[in-house]
Amino acid sequence: MNSYLEIYITGLSGYFLGISYILYVVLGCVILFRDDDYYNNDLMYNLQNVCMFAFHFTAFMCMCFRSGDMKLMGFYVACQLLMLGIVVVARILYPYADRLFTNNMCMLMTTGFVILTRLNYNKALKQFFIVSISMMISMGVPFVIRRFKFLHTFKWIYASIGIAALGIVLIAGTVTYGANISYTLRGITFQPSELIKIVFVFFVASGFVRARSMSEVFVTGSMALVHVLILVLSKDLGSALIFAFICVVMVFVATGNFLYVIGAGVLGGAGTLIAYRMFTHVQERIDAWIDPWIAIDNSGYQITQSLFALSSGSAWGVGLMNGNPNAIPFVEDDFVFSAIVEEMGFVVGISLLAVCMTSFIRALKMGACLRSMFYRLLAVGLGSSYIFQVFLTVGGGVKFIPLTGVTLPFVSYGGSSVLTSIILFEVLTGVSLIVQDEKDFYERENAQHDEE
Amino acid sequence: MREKMLNMMKNESLKAQKHMKRSSAAIVYTGIAICLLFVCMSVYMVRYASTHEIEMFDNSYNTYAIRLSREYLRGSIYSSDGQLLAYSEAEGADAASQKRIYPYGNMFAHSIGYSSHGRMGVESEGNFYLLNYHSGLSNKAQAEADSELVTADSVYTTLDTGLQQVAFDSLGVYKGAVIITEVKTGRILAMVSKPDFDPNQIDSLWNDMLNDKTNTSLLNRVTQGQYPPGSTFKIITTLEYLRENNNSYSNYHFNCNGSFTYDGSTIKCYHGSAHGSVDFATSFAKSCNSSFANIGVGLDRSMFEQTLEDLLFEKDLPYDLPSSISHTQVSESTDTHNLMQASIGQGQDSISPLHLNMITCAIADGGELMKPHLIDRVESESGSVVKNFGTESVGRLMTKEESALLTGLMTEVVERGTGTRLKSDSYTAAGKTGSAEFSTLSKGDSHAWFTGFAPVESPEIAVTIIIEGAGSGGEYAVPIAKRMFDRYFTE
Repeated sequence: MNSYLEIYITGLSGYFLGISYILYVVLGCVILFRDDDYYNNDLMYNLQNVCMFAFHFTAFMCMCFRSGDMKLMGFYVACQLLMLGIVVVARILYPYADRLFTNNMCMLMTTGFVILTRLNYNKALKQFFIVSISMMISMGVPFVIRRFKFLHTFKWIYASIGIAALGIVLIAGTVTYGANISYTLRGITFQPSELIKIVFVFFVASGFVRARSMSEVFVTGSMALVHVLILVLSKDLGSALIFAFICVVMVFVATGNFLYVIGAGVLGGAGTLIAYRMFTHVQERIDAWIDPWIAIDNSGYQITQSLFALSSGSAWGVGLMNGNPNAIPFVEDDFVFSAIVEEMGFVVGISLLAVCMTSFIRALKMGACLRSMFYRLLAVGLGSSYIFQVFLTVGGGVKFIPLTGVTLPFVSYGGSSVLTSIILFEVLTGVSLIVQDEKDFYERENAQHDEE
Repeated sequence: MREKMLNMMKNESLKAQKHMKRSSAAIVYTGIAICLLFVCMSVYMVRYASTHEIEMFDNSYNTYAIRLSREYLRGSIYSSDGQLLAYSEAEGADAASQKRIYPYGNMFAHSIGYSSHGRMGVESEGNFYLLNYHSGLSNKAQAEADSELVTADSVYTTLDTGLQQVAFDSLGVYKGAVIITEVKTGRILAMVSKPDFDPNQIDSLWNDMLNDKTNTSLLNRVTQGQYPPGSTFKIITTLEYLRENNNSYSNYHFNCNGSFTYDGSTIKCYHGSAHGSVDFATSFAKSCNSSFANIGVGLDRSMFEQTLEDLLFEKDLPYDLPSSISHTQVSESTDTHNLMQASIGQGQDSISPLHLNMITCAIADGGELMKPHLIDRVESESGSVVKNFGTESVGRLMTKEESALLTGLMTEVVERGTGTRLKSDSYTAAGKTGSAEFSTLSKGDSHAWFTGFAPVESPEIAVTIIIEGAGSGGEYAVPIAKRMFDRYFTE
């Protein structure tokens, strides 16, 4: 009887997971399109949380049945309480903040907990602590963003921090898989390039606070180039691409001049060509992207295993614990998206991308209605950094672009990745507070104007 | 002064506003670009995964198929008349204990194939479907309650046990191959290759068969046999002649004295028999080598090469399982001797029975070729159709007019030529025989070929036969073809 029930529950769970994810996305889109009154969407946000909890519960129940391991239920309760805590605390601390960022962050972390539990329970446990600590660290970030009005004055401090930190990694860092990208501290590997990304966005944003002239673009652009070159020398190509992309988007938004994008495109193309000629590991990745099947034994192994996972997944997935995602090397870090599609299907996979997109579009919309150039650039820069990282990791895993070895924010396992992503979203939440402040300010000013 | 200042300030703020607008436009463009990028990526992902689904499923690096085989009983294979051709049995719910059983033994050895030690035939082509399950959760739950395994989807083939039996029996102890295809749909009704093996005992036979170089029992001669086409190639030489002579052969005459010499090369008729004064139709019906060598030396080499390309020579055949590529020596640089040899299907030319059958089908179907296939549909254990393999056109190999003229010539082969043993009261048939010499050392050893179709008025099936080392096609292959046609048209 027990197994009879189990078959129905596990068999139907795939559809339930997909549908709750779709509902979550639909609600997110509704919120996105009626966003003039941020804090009047409470019902939608709460419904989103319901979808999130339904997804979470179904996934863990399914895994408990399949594995027969009831300790998972304990872990589920802990995760659930953590998510609930984040949602409630954010609501209490910042009642006027945009809840979409918090909700999306929790939804993605929930997905991360589900797939990590399935892939490697120990890593899921570690992830739980990383998330808890990161949340504690970054809960105050929106407050800092809102209250400290002098953040745009530290331009050269941001640049020095960035270049110094990346430089130290280049010189002293350990070699991991052909790339010098990490410090190791008490067994937890830490990639400074992740956190520096945020500092870098602050740097570029503060660069354009006053002037938007050619010379300003040149100065900021060359400092950005230094960052990118250090990363290229460290063989951290994924981060180099992200930094370059952030810089181009922010210059474009700051100046409104498309010529800079074309210029950067030419420069980037030439750079890629040179990198292809110079570095064997770049060649290997590009060749494995063009035809992974001939190199299935070595450089194409990861990507072909990822493609196998995607193709067996189809629309609703093979079901949690039913696939073999652990066949993909480094699945928890770089290929977590493929594992999600294999076991939960394209429906959940594409919905997940849509969740990322709603966060990004929300950041852009915020940017577009901000009058302060610094915060406008901050919103756009952070949003672009986030979405481009998603693009790199998912695109690499599905053979849309060559592999770059970056993580999927909030979902992949990893200390610095999770911390950085959380801080990034908290900054965006802080910027949403500025949007409110600006609105109130101009409303008051207009009212005064009318009185006069 | 003050006004000037105010004006300047106004200008400044206008400029700033304008700039903000441009900046906002940049944000919108960025958003649109990234959205498009994500849409493209999602579409690419789904498309790549679905178009390469079966290819990836069968990749030996993919563990998915193995996992499924540990979960379900492998699906059954049925003939088009509903007979069970292959099924699996297991002890209780232990999927690892499953055994594959082939009730017809040797009869379907190459067409159904086997599924251990690699895969072959329908077992290979349908592997993806035979491992996937679409019968719903309630069946699964029921099986679980009865502690049994559920069976994956079944594959229904196009094969007909009656025709297959006749083809299998008719070949007897000879080595050779038979293929019967439905002309208008491309459904393969029978496919026999000999020597064969018992797929039930594949495990114990495997090593012996691999090492046995004389019998090559594992080879499916229908699809992978490479034979000299012999006189059946005259169909192609004729097509080329028609193309170079405005679809007319009425002006052609030749006086055959048993051999033809040109440029120091000599071609002899079969057993050196002289055919006397012959026109084109008689040359074709009597399969006069001398006359066709004479035709051959008059042909344009590059046009001939093009025609052969149209007929799928030197190309992968439109067939889902492994098949050999047919070769020809005809090209711009072919010397006269080889061109004469090629025109009568000797020398370096090679063709598989499947390929010859395709050409025959195209002639029968007005020039258009339907893709030959073995799988008709996939059904779940609960009876719902999972996938239908419909008729699929490969395209036109020749014009309608050309196919009509070839049909006429091939009809005369049966009426008054080398295929008179095929004459029947109940149907009219058209075809071409061949006696392909395969040894350059001992003359006289020849493979007996026949390829043809019936009824002429509205063709239904095409039969292609080769019997290795039997002798002349008219004597050995045609009677077997007749048994096949008789069986098809009387049942």
